[in-house]
Amino acid sequence: MRGKVWKFGDAISTDHVIPGRYMYLRSNLPELAKHIFEYEKPNFSGMVSPGDFIVAGHNFGQGSSREHAAIVIKMNGIQAVFAKSFARIFYRNCFNNGLPAVICDTEKFSEGEEIELFLDQGKIVNHSRNETISFISIPPVMRQILNDGGLVEHVKKYGDIKLDL
Amino acid sequence: MGMTLAEKILSEHAGKKVRAGKIAVVNTDLAYAQDGTGPLAARKIEEMGFEKVFNPQKTIFFLDHASPSPKFELSNDHTFLRQISEKTGCRISDVGYGISHQVVAEEEVKPGDVVIGADSHTCTGGALSAFATGVGSTDAAVAMALGKIWLRIPETIRVVVKGKLPDGVYGKDIILHLIGKIGAAGATYKALEFAGDTIEHLEMAGRMTIANMAVEAGAKVGLFPSDEITRNWLDRMGRPGDFRKMASDSDALYEKVIEIDAETLQPTIACPHQVDNTTTIDRIGDVKVDQVYLGTSCNGRLEDLRIAASILKGKKIHPKTRVIVTPGSRLVYLEALKDGTMETLIQAGALAMPPGCGACVGLHEGVLGDGEVCLATQPRNFKGRMGSPNSFIYLGSPAVAAATAIEGRITDPRKYL
Repeated sequence: MRGKVWKFGDAISTDHVIPGRYMYLRSNLPELAKHIFEYEKPNFSGMVSPGDFIVAGHNFGQGSSREHAAIVIKMNGIQAVFAKSFARIFYRNCFNNGLPAVICDTEKFSEGEEIELFLDQGKIVNHSRNETISFISIPPVMRQILNDGGLVEHVKKYGDIKLDL
Repeated sequence: MGMTLAEKILSEHAGKKVRAGKIAVVNTDLAYAQDGTGPLAARKIEEMGFEKVFNPQKTIFFLDHASPSPKFELSNDHTFLRQISEKTGCRISDVGYGISHQVVAEEEVKPGDVVIGADSHTCTGGALSAFATGVGSTDAAVAMALGKIWLRIPETIRVVVKGKLPDGVYGKDIILHLIGKIGAAGATYKALEFAGDTIEHLEMAGRMTIANMAVEAGAKVGLFPSDEITRNWLDRMGRPGDFRKMASDSDALYEKVIEIDAETLQPTIACPHQVDNTTTIDRIGDVKVDQVYLGTSCNGRLEDLRIAASILKGKKIHPKTRVIVTPGSRLVYLEALKDGTMETLIQAGALAMPPGCGACVGLHEGVLGDGEVCLATQPRNFKGRMGSPNSFIYLGSPAVAAATAIEGRITDPRKYL
């Protein structure tokens, strides 16, 4: 599915994704999701369409472990997050929630461009530029969790952690 | 070929020898979450269909972020976690008892443990030579339910700190210096392992500050070998039997070695809005401060409060600066009350909050307004973290906090020593 690029810079923390002051809404996820990127891109929740992409620089998702950051991104219909690099906890949280996080050269995308992700082939097509960008495939463990629909579904399926290590 | 501390601890818990770069399922000794991440973790446990947790005595929900609750929605979260605790048999650490990382360091974490916490600063436990790492709510829920987690065995960066720390320079300055040097992503996916004679002489409070901030360089864990200082800490906490000698092998393979000459270090400050945006205090310029925040999981120990009190003794804080003190735990609070530390701070004009995460998470007890500047001993200074996105957070040691409290601007503490 094609989607639009929403561009972000380096060092976007989970505080930027969803500020700590909204902790009181964490048991009300639909309401919490409205406050996504409130300081970075005001009204992001109102502008984003299902299937769009977040495209960022280095160390996306640094800081707090709050999984709600990955959850509100998914709840706003984002198909996948691309970044030059990810912070560790956020990276795991994405896959645990069935949200692909892809490491690639994000200089090759600009705000508003129309792109398409081919996860299995390890490529992204930028339709606006008529360009294809390849990326290093997602680690097999993450792929397995993603295919199972996230870690909760994986554990429900096997009653255990059953990864091909 | 020898093993790093991370490889050793994870091999023991995987039941086989595992090396950096491999992925393994490892048993966990302790799993916890707090009131910001706990409700989601509890719901995930329910969603996975578990009625009981794997080891109730080693599963803890901490009510430490909204402690006590400033909003009814958070009170409802607390009620939910108390109910989950009753239902699953796991433990609850209720409001006022302390910050999760401080309490587990006092009561639970042993050298050689694997500790999983749904909070990024879980890495504080590395000070006690435990593989303690922060994860999201789902990973924590799985660790609670199954007593295990999958981990990639991290490569290790060895940080060797040598020489005597100058007066007025502390563990906080070492870690701020390191993060400034390698950057906020300088150790992503890696283990940091601290060594050298400076580290050997560093008290547990300083080690915990350093381990706590390992995540601010992106690290999975910040590990210290265990030694007599570790033993003394466990003795002081009434757990002498929990001591165990842990160290990496002399021929362990490191990804790289970073050397720091402690004698050249100065009081160091992280400037807005990134932890790696550091400078030494002589270059900070004139920064007026509205709020000084002393405490948190990073610097909320008795030693930290004593350093501040020694500078503030017999002095008054600047009339245009408010000083908020938040002890890390009830134990710290009681000790600081008994030895007069708290009295000294309050006499100087500080106000005391109950143990907890308080203002560091921008929730309550010292939320910053538009244009306000805070000098905090906490581990993080992202834009908007403590309230308004138009406020400014500087990070420094308890000594810098105390000197700044006196002058109302960021101040070199060495003139007050």
